[in-house]
Amino acid sequence: MLPKPELPPAVWNSSAAPLFLQQMSAVAEADIRKLIHDPVELLTRMVQPVLWLTIFGQVFARTRAIPTGGVPYLDFMAPGILAQSVLFGAIFFGISLIWERDLGIVHKFLVSPAPRTALVLGRAVSSSVRAIFQAVMVYVVALLLGIHLRFSGDALLGVVLSVSLGASVFSTFSLIAACLVKSRERFMGIGQVLTMPLFFASNAIYPLEIMPAWLRWLSRVNPLSYQVDALRGLMIEGGHSGFGLGFDFLVQGMILTILVAIAAKLYPNIVT
Amino acid sequence: MTKPAPTSGPEAAIDVIKLTRRFAEMVALNELTLSVPYGVIFGLLGPNGAGKSTLIKMLTTLLPPSSGTALVAGLDIVSQPKHVRRHIGYVSQMLSADGDLTGYENLLISAKLYGLTRRQRNERIAQALQFMELADAQHKMVRHYSGGMIRRLEIAQSMLHRPQVLFLDEPTVGLDPSARHSVWQRILQLRKEFGTTVLMTTHDMGEADYLCDLIGFLHRGALLANGSPAELKQALGSGASLDDVFVHYAGMSVAEGGDLRDVAQTRITARRLE
Repeated sequence: MLPKPELPPAVWNSSAAPLFLQQMSAVAEADIRKLIHDPVELLTRMVQPVLWLTIFGQVFARTRAIPTGGVPYLDFMAPGILAQSVLFGAIFFGISLIWERDLGIVHKFLVSPAPRTALVLGRAVSSSVRAIFQAVMVYVVALLLGIHLRFSGDALLGVVLSVSLGASVFSTFSLIAACLVKSRERFMGIGQVLTMPLFFASNAIYPLEIMPAWLRWLSRVNPLSYQVDALRGLMIEGGHSGFGLGFDFLVQGMILTILVAIAAKLYPNIVT
Repeated sequence: MTKPAPTSGPEAAIDVIKLTRRFAEMVALNELTLSVPYGVIFGLLGPNGAGKSTLIKMLTTLLPPSSGTALVAGLDIVSQPKHVRRHIGYVSQMLSADGDLTGYENLLISAKLYGLTRRQRNERIAQALQFMELADAQHKMVRHYSGGMIRRLEIAQSMLHRPQVLFLDEPTVGLDPSARHSVWQRILQLRKEFGTTVLMTTHDMGEADYLCDLIGFLHRGALLANGSPAELKQALGSGASLDDVFVHYAGMSVAEGGDLRDVAQTRITARRLE
């Protein structure tokens, strides 16, 4: 038998907040480094928004059937398509958790002293980084299609914040689903079931005013509507936010806080 | 016949006290009591489904016990799980190194998760790469590593924060003999250099005989025997091997034990190492 070794010094050197940030960013960094090694995923994610804007958008712009508050229809729908692209990317984020659980990577993270909240937020940050790349690509396509975009510093900062919040909300929701269903097959089923209702029961491609009352009610409890609303107020010339930008961010922030708390509680379930 | 050691001392690296885990009606671990002194390499043996991985999961705070508790490095796994995690290292049966990152990146992420400062990270990663003979391959993607290299990397990751207790769940499953020997040497060196207490599971009796100072034999959630390899063999009669000890305690249930998930995990790990 050997004598009891001295306690290791490392973990206690940092104060709580910087340590939390370091652990959270380590989770995000792992994912971002993988994305840098293999960026193909980012390019494939570009296909869907391009199709929506170039085919659906161009066709519907000709019908002039949807009231858009005086902005061209393509301009009106561009924020919705950006939000949709973020939603579709983030909602399947949980499957990577199941995959990493099967590989034993999640076990390693859970055995580390990093708080569960840091692990959840780290994944949200990584999802946000992906979403910002998607936003850049949507901006490029939008420019090519002649959509009137705003490029002021505050507008761009607001778009980055809104896209990050939206990605964080939906990726954390996805994480919760993964912790509950635990298998890839069941998770894929749930993801497929959720994406279309979330998209169509929102103001992404038509305004709330033309919806029937029940759908309008649904869209008001749909976080995607608040993301689209914020983007519409920030992203395009002449666009405005129906709920108010402050309210949009407040709602998304509150939803994210609740989801992160639930996800942190459920996270260890993924390995049991 | 060797009886389970009466346990619990304040100087033990691991003190398991009436630890029980139930999954619905099934009792995976039944009031297990066990003590592992500091600086010892302790081998946990038993057939599939004996409760070895369940015990490791509870000791590493991945799974809450149904009742009872354990002290790891003097800290309670039930009331102080966050503190326990600062003092332990864990290498799971699965290949937990991320194949889509380089060896260096895997170490860097682990070091950050454990809160090492930039200076500590640089020093310890360089030391770990040297110690595990991975310096030349540090910038290669881990998916191109051999099985032995991956296991060495995982052990390096789990040791960056200098844990007092290291848990290794079948660390050499699927490795060829030379890779297995290379992992064994690193485990012995870790104990020698850092005084690390190691609790490991294995199905390889040769490995247990070579590495372990003490062995606990677990079957159907209960500790049937506990002692040094020599004591366990002697208790069975002269000329007995650890294989004989295993067969003696496990009997014919070896062929029946383990659930589908356990077996599948072992096979996946072995296949990934090929």
